[in-house]
Amino acid sequence: MCWDPGTHFIIAARRRSRSYICKKFPKLLKRKKRRKKEKKKKKRTNNSIKTSKYNFFTFLPLNLFEQFQRIANAYFLFLLILQLIPQISSLAWFTTVVPLVLVLAVSGVKDAIDDFVRSWQVVGELDEKWMNVQVGDIIKLENNNFVTADLLLLSSSEPHSLTYIETAELDGETNLKVKQALTVTAELGEDLQKLTEFNGEVKCEAPNNKLDKFTGTLTLRGEKYALDNEKMLLRGCTIRNTEWCFGLVIYAGPDTKLMQNSGKTTFKRTSIDRLMNVLVMVIFAFLGLMCLILAIGNGIWEFDKGYYFQVYLPWAEGVNSASYSGFLMFWSYVIILNTVVPISLYVSVEIIRLGNSFYIDWDRKMYYPLNDTPAQARTTTLNEELGQIKYIFSDKTGTLTQNIMCFNKCSINGKSYGDVYDMSGQRIEINENTEKVDFSYNQLADPKFAFYDHRLVEAVKLNDVPTHRFFRLLSLCHTVMPEEKKEGNLVYQAQSPDEGALVTAARNFGFVFRARTPETITVVEMGETKVYELLSILDFNNVRKRMSVIVRSPEGDLTLYCKGADTILYELLHSSCDSLKEETTEHLNEFAGEALRTLVVAYKNLDEDYFQDWIRRHHEASTALEGREDKLSELYEEIEKDLMVGFSGNLGQALGEAARLVVLGCVTGAVRNMAVLAMNIGYSCNLLNDDMEDVFIIEGRTSDDVLNELRNARKKMKPDSFLDSDESNIQFEKSSKKTKIIPDEEANGVYGLVITGHSLAYALEGNLELELVRTACMCKVVICCRVTPLQKAQVVELVKKYKKAVTLAIGDGANDVSMIKTAHIGVGISGQEGMQAVLSSDFSFAQFRYLQRLLLVHGRWSYIRMCKFLKYFFYKNFAFTLVHFWYGFFSGFSAQTVYDEWFITLYNLVYTSLPVLGMSLFDQDVDDRWSMLFPQLYVPGQQNLYFNKMVFVKCMLQGIYSSLILFFIPYGAMYNTMRSDGKAIADYQSFALMAQTCLLIVVSVQIGLDTSYWTVVNQFFIWGSLSVYFAITFTMYSDGMYLIFTASFPFVGTARNTLSQPNVWLAIFLSITLCVLPVVGFRFMKAQLKPTPSDKLPRMAFKPEHLRLRRTSTRRSGYAFSHQHGFGALIMSGRNMRPKSPFATTGTFSPNSEKYKHKGL
Amino acid sequence: MKNKTSFPPQEGEARPSRCPDNSAFKQQKLPAWKPQLTIATVLSSFFLTGAFCLLVGVCLILSANSVREIQIDYSDKCSECSKLRENSSNWNKECHCSINFALKEGILGDVFMYYGLQNFYQNHRRYVISRSDAQLLGRNANIQKSYCAPFTTYRNGTPMAPCGAIANSMFNDTIDLFYNLNSSVIQVPLLKTGNSWWTDKNVKFRNPESYNLSSAFAGTARPPYWQKPVYLLDEEDERNNGYINDDFIIWMRVSAFATFRNLYRRVKRIRQFADGLPAGNYTFRISYNFPVTKFKGRKHVILSTVVWSGGSNPFLGIAYVVTGTAATLAGFVITAIHLKLRKKKTYFQK
Repeated sequence: MCWDPGTHFIIAARRRSRSYICKKFPKLLKRKKRRKKEKKKKKRTNNSIKTSKYNFFTFLPLNLFEQFQRIANAYFLFLLILQLIPQISSLAWFTTVVPLVLVLAVSGVKDAIDDFVRSWQVVGELDEKWMNVQVGDIIKLENNNFVTADLLLLSSSEPHSLTYIETAELDGETNLKVKQALTVTAELGEDLQKLTEFNGEVKCEAPNNKLDKFTGTLTLRGEKYALDNEKMLLRGCTIRNTEWCFGLVIYAGPDTKLMQNSGKTTFKRTSIDRLMNVLVMVIFAFLGLMCLILAIGNGIWEFDKGYYFQVYLPWAEGVNSASYSGFLMFWSYVIILNTVVPISLYVSVEIIRLGNSFYIDWDRKMYYPLNDTPAQARTTTLNEELGQIKYIFSDKTGTLTQNIMCFNKCSINGKSYGDVYDMSGQRIEINENTEKVDFSYNQLADPKFAFYDHRLVEAVKLNDVPTHRFFRLLSLCHTVMPEEKKEGNLVYQAQSPDEGALVTAARNFGFVFRARTPETITVVEMGETKVYELLSILDFNNVRKRMSVIVRSPEGDLTLYCKGADTILYELLHSSCDSLKEETTEHLNEFAGEALRTLVVAYKNLDEDYFQDWIRRHHEASTALEGREDKLSELYEEIEKDLMVGFSGNLGQALGEAARLVVLGCVTGAVRNMAVLAMNIGYSCNLLNDDMEDVFIIEGRTSDDVLNELRNARKKMKPDSFLDSDESNIQFEKSSKKTKIIPDEEANGVYGLVITGHSLAYALEGNLELELVRTACMCKVVICCRVTPLQKAQVVELVKKYKKAVTLAIGDGANDVSMIKTAHIGVGISGQEGMQAVLSSDFSFAQFRYLQRLLLVHGRWSYIRMCKFLKYFFYKNFAFTLVHFWYGFFSGFSAQTVYDEWFITLYNLVYTSLPVLGMSLFDQDVDDRWSMLFPQLYVPGQQNLYFNKMVFVKCMLQGIYSSLILFFIPYGAMYNTMRSDGKAIADYQSFALMAQTCLLIVVSVQIGLDTSYWTVVNQFFIWGSLSVYFAITFTMYSDGMYLIFTASFPFVGTARNTLSQPNVWLAIFLSITLCVLPVVGFRFMKAQLKPTPSDKLPRMAFKPEHLRLRRTSTRRSGYAFSHQHGFGALIMSGRNMRPKSPFATTGTFSPNSEKYKHKGL
Repeated sequence: MKNKTSFPPQEGEARPSRCPDNSAFKQQKLPAWKPQLTIATVLSSFFLTGAFCLLVGVCLILSANSVREIQIDYSDKCSECSKLRENSSNWNKECHCSINFALKEGILGDVFMYYGLQNFYQNHRRYVISRSDAQLLGRNANIQKSYCAPFTTYRNGTPMAPCGAIANSMFNDTIDLFYNLNSSVIQVPLLKTGNSWWTDKNVKFRNPESYNLSSAFAGTARPPYWQKPVYLLDEEDERNNGYINDDFIIWMRVSAFATFRNLYRRVKRIRQFADGLPAGNYTFRISYNFPVTKFKGRKHVILSTVVWSGGSNPFLGIAYVVTGTAATLAGFVITAIHLKLRKKKTYFQK
């Protein structure tokens, strides 16, 4: 299913409220039969989206219409019309037509390709069979299928028609959820006949964006059944653990809850785009002003001189007064000075962005070989914005950590395992070549599991009691569901990935969790099948941050096993294990320093009598009507006290890299992370760390509480921000109605802020949002936990609204779509199941850590290139055009051009286009390693320093200065002079040639000065453009061209006669010196006096060993981050148990058994 | 495209790796020259440019000073003729005027005679385009399509040859130079050809083909301000008549500015004038035909020698000296600032 960000959905008209009446379900639609359905085209919403904008016939008119909406293009059309008026026309028609046609053609081709690629992509990525799904269809889904429409669950393969789904795409939570069908529909089973005959009517609410709510009724055979969210499979979920299920499509396509949640697709433009539009308007005003001055000048001139000069030059037909002549001249100058309006600006900018997008696609350092995913720039118009990101919004776990976990290290009874040492006792880095532990003795081992420390296996084989106890605990204390379709092929369905990792580890070390019933857990312990009696699960929750099980072993021992966050468990440990606690703590610190996620496990032997008493009270508590929760936790607390021995297990995660970016952010003090993360994840990802002065937690349940909490936080960070004299407060006073831009405020330290979804809802309301923004933006890291997709988008929107800053949102699931679409830049993590995030993103890659490279290298380069390009582009056009302005004062304001008309035509298109394109595609001020190592280099982009209105004014002034030089040096050099053979040289054509040659060489030298990275291509473009200029000039001014096209090339012989003169070249050299030398001096002095970060880089050999990044090592237990109650209750009730587990229930299967050998497997 | 579904690809399905090529271009690792603005390059560029500019400037000033130039404004000196010409009805009345001047030292070398005009806007847009290049190439071009108006045809339809405002306003004073030697008056021999660009004379201007010139221009009429038709511009020299007349060609090469000078004659270096113009008294005898007073114009006659850098215009020399001085001074300032700043550490602290 695919929703492209740049497309417009075309859907059947949507009524405000609607009941889907599905009178008859004509056919059971097994997916293969889908085609037959196509003929019945009803006006129901189907699942497809139209994405292409043009077809073959509409392309030309539509595209031209769109292009002429661009102000610069429309202006050129207007110019063309002006040129048709003979009194005004001051330039040959080709001077504007050729550039216009070229620009239109290039843009048109690009649009066509974009459109083609887009429709092609969509067709490609959209699973075709889902396209025609319509409301009322019945769909069969199988295990691991992706739900592609909102379905009413009818029946499933599991007992009680339960269906397990994973909603990571929807809400980011990785645990499994259960849905259950109505009993009436569950009866249908997989009987196709019955399903085909199913005849009911569903009435439901209009499509909305509430993910957790659904109300409706099903009328079947005259009886009404209530429908709620428990019976809905929402689009974006994935079916897990369920062989098959049938669902009735309730909402399809854009009506689905997911799509309703994904926010509006907006056309994104970069801040430079907007600035460019403003600048183009400024240029128009400037042009008008120039034309006005010249028109007035013409009026005066005609009155004072032209009137008398009529002897030799009568006024044009119809002109009878000086003022009328001035009026006409205004328009003539509009034509002449048109080159100051950069018509090729937009098209060049597009080409540059396209080029820089390709670099992202091509970057091997952002290619992830494991799932063969290169980075992809899905939007080619936002590149330079990547160099200006100030706020990053990130999705939680999945995005930051890859969500893959494996068991790496452990510390058992004070002994640490997991590291590999060489003969001399030195620790060695683990890489692909390191010898793995051989688990072949265990037939049930998971082949994907890798472990390197052989000592642990030996300890297991030697029947080391604590080690056995450790793994037994891991195999018993969890809520994982096993699945064994084929004998020996165990698959675990874990609520959270860390549970899965731990159970898998135990399995490989010989404690195989095989099967479970509500009352028992079957474990194959070192080849021997044991059935433990499961007496109670003390479930996990957010406050307890631990879970326990109470089991009775086959030998009859009662034991409580517990695992949880270290801080929590340490408090519960019996005082007898204090020494062990210390050793373990040391190990824990070590592990945490390597950015591993840690947890601690413990056990306690229980007394039979005590347990019986406890279980009775537990039963009472769990049936109590009031305060059930509290009572239960009290009981849990009681029994979990005085745990005996602590071990620590450690989960390694692909987390290191992710953390690094955040560390970087802290170094620069610039990239602020308003991460949509849960707090404990914050610690484990190093988002929050001990360097922070304080981490504020906002968890108020009322609007006032939230306000107070926010205010207190702000008071602590910046006490004087409440004073009336504070800058921001003054600003609020001033601008009352308009959207206020809040200036950046500096806090007096590094702070973090955690806000819960509930409080966020209040904070996002009306008057609180300002408070939220002010407080939040002072913090380095803001974490919002338990937020809905819409809230994510709101947070992004909030920052966009109040801060003049560029935001980036990164996420991998469908729940991030809204935020990705809202932020200035959306980044999707690709290569995983479900493409929602990627499809609505602007950039995508496979690993979170690539974000660093995307921003610090590609973003920075793109931004610098774009800025350099714009600076140069405006400069060259000003220098070019303003020479006409000065000449006006010497030619009776007659709209006489300085240059040859052909030069005017070709200047922007041929002579100066390629060098500047070369620069903006290849330039690097510092290479990628430096960019990555010195995040300070990124700061100027955030502050928008390289191109803003000030810089534009500077370009303009430089252009004006250059044009003065370019006019007055040739003027002075030619005034009343002659060639060295006495013949004329001060003629118009020689002057034109001289001025244009000066100009072209000056701008070429200028681009050379701007280019800091001279590749072969740059050399070729710059020298090539100059040689092409001379070649074209000599060709156009040749005898042959004149004799053939007499009217078009009147400059015959000028090049030969003028460029052979030494004083012409001396004048050219002088103009270059005067234009360029001050720039050199100025730039050098600026680098000395006000250095930019890149000027500050020490220019010496690259020495990576000195530049290692520091790593913050803080120990936090990363365990316990799934924020839901576990599956404990479900498991104990047995509702989810299947009666069929043929291999496990026999109880005799073991790797070494005779039966196994017989099978010859 | 089937394999691009949202489901992971099937195992064993052969698909080329999507790993990007490891080429220098795609990885942005093209070898490159990375010039830096270092103190050495900046200072050397300033000092070298400064020195070079000073050197060139001094040479230019010296050579411009060696040019001998005599410029005489004769629009006032011939005020009677000026007044006569103000009334256009007197167009066919001849008016002569003489201007005396003395050379204390002789002018050695090639001597060029220019006429100079001031306040004559040859660079006005409508003036510049008011010509027909095709006509001047001797082609039977339709001059109605050119920008010659209003000097295209007479009312009776006879086309003007040549057409346009430029041709019509051609400078038509005749200037002769006389050398007064011991009360005898010797006319200084002047060359009236070889004064224009070779390309103009041989490529850009051609007479219409015919057995003789007057028949070639049959059916056309002279421009209104002209005293004689185009085929009588130089009756003595067939190769300097019609469109390829040097005076005409030079006039048609319009000037870039309102004040300009055009080459009129060269002194023929024979007899007394073999080394140039000897010292003594001279007289310009001017047949005054070209009215300038109406538009407040002025006319000059100029005698000048040339050097490698052209004429007596000192602009370039001065500009070079000024630039050179400024560059050198700026070099010193930069050195001073750099030395002062060097003690400060501007690099990142690691």
